[in-house]
Amino acid sequence: MRRGLALLVALACHPVMADLPTAERQTALLDLLHQDCGSCHGMTLQGGLGPALLPPALERKSEATLIATILEGRPGTAMPPWKSFMTQPEAEWLVAQLKHPVKSEDKPH
Amino acid sequence: MCNKNRISSRRCLSGLLGLALMAGLSSGESAELRGTGDLGLVVERANGSLTAINTTSRRSLGKVTGLGDLSHASLVYSPDERYAFVFGRDGALTKVDILENRIVKRVEQAHNSVGGAISQDGALIATSNYDPGGVRVFSADTLEKVTDIKAEYGEGQLAKVVGLVDAPGQKFVFSLFEAGEIWIADLHDPNKPVIQKFKAGKEPYDALISPEGRYYIAGLFGEEGLALLDLWNPEAGIRRIVPEYAKNDPKLPVFKMPHLEGRALIGDYWFLPAVGHHEMLVIDRREWKVVRRIPLDGQPVFVIPRPDERQIWVNFALPNNDKLEVIDARDLTVVKRLTPGKAVLHMEFTPKGHEVWVSARDDDRVLVYDTETFRELAQIPAQKPSGIFFTARAHRLGL
Repeated sequence: MRRGLALLVALACHPVMADLPTAERQTALLDLLHQDCGSCHGMTLQGGLGPALLPPALERKSEATLIATILEGRPGTAMPPWKSFMTQPEAEWLVAQLKHPVKSEDKPH
Repeated sequence: MCNKNRISSRRCLSGLLGLALMAGLSSGESAELRGTGDLGLVVERANGSLTAINTTSRRSLGKVTGLGDLSHASLVYSPDERYAFVFGRDGALTKVDILENRIVKRVEQAHNSVGGAISQDGALIATSNYDPGGVRVFSADTLEKVTDIKAEYGEGQLAKVVGLVDAPGQKFVFSLFEAGEIWIADLHDPNKPVIQKFKAGKEPYDALISPEGRYYIAGLFGEEGLALLDLWNPEAGIRRIVPEYAKNDPKLPVFKMPHLEGRALIGDYWFLPAVGHHEMLVIDRREWKVVRRIPLDGQPVFVIPRPDERQIWVNFALPNNDKLEVIDARDLTVVKRLTPGKAVLHMEFTPKGHEVWVSARDDDRVLVYDTETFRELAQIPAQKPSGIFFTARAHRLGL
């Protein structure tokens, strides 16, 4: 028990792990992705008025570009900035999900 | 079936009666004869299903499943109000029998679609496709493809088609997002559509047709204003309307594109959502000028008058999508604010307007309100509900 707690504390203090959204936020972010980003990109992310967001479509785009696009939007296009809905680490997590989706989590709710 | 087999009509009738009796006996009750005028369908976007509802009893009549990706799905009704034609996001077109609550036929007609329309005579179904960009036309009876209208522009590129509506004279009218064009397709001869093309402006994102079918108006995302086409006088071409409004105000980010509704015309005034602003525009159609900007609590998505035109109801884009506002048409002030739930996506009035049905996607339910007292009358469970469609739409142009 004590050891488990120590491990949890160690994990929480790890610079990368500390930035991971909580399980609850992860669910909320995936929900936002499929339901709301989905208004333009399609609920299954295969594209709509906005481009597809499936791994092959994002292959040649860098993480940094994608994170900036999510947070700041793309001026001159219909893509708005989403920074009022998520933090930088959350956008980083979301981009990782987009590039390497975990099948079970990726299903629309 | 009876005609095909050339059985005498008498024998055919007795055969049918026998079948009906057997069906009645097997379920232990006699079949109920009923009309469909108080029925409707609620799209369950994430599950690929529809919930059939009865607006008189305010109850769910069960589900129709297996319709694929229904995010942003819409549907139209046959003139007899029995069949719904459902346009899925994944390009599927499904014909549903709402009396029997089952799928009659389903075709995968494109890869990515956004809505469709039924022709004035009810014989043709047109789909609005993103991929491959264009409009495909099907027989409403068999869902067999009748014609394919490719939305070609530039050097052979295909544009995404939005804002597809039916118009008088067996026409379909639609907009080409990337091409910035509006097309009229005359389908008097379904195999040989006659197309007229018009330059509309940058990035038309949705469109509406006025209730009598005369004016087609496309909203432009890529530039200010709207593109107007008078279908009584298409030779006059596109007229750009209200380009000047709010030119100097900074636009807010748009987290959900507004929808344009042909019903949003009251007398001489159009009530339209402003793009990127917390307000609704009132446009005088005699001069096509913005005569009022009504401040709201968010960016409007749907702006829909109650059928008696006394009230105008509005829902909102993220992050204000838990609200509804009701505007009194007499003095254009907000008279009621409701918070039906999380992610309020759509609302549908009963044909005479005494009730409004509202979908709250993230609460998994549809709420029914009395539009006079604003009292909540019922809640109907539905999974991630989006669009609500009552059969009375069968007799309206552009719906």
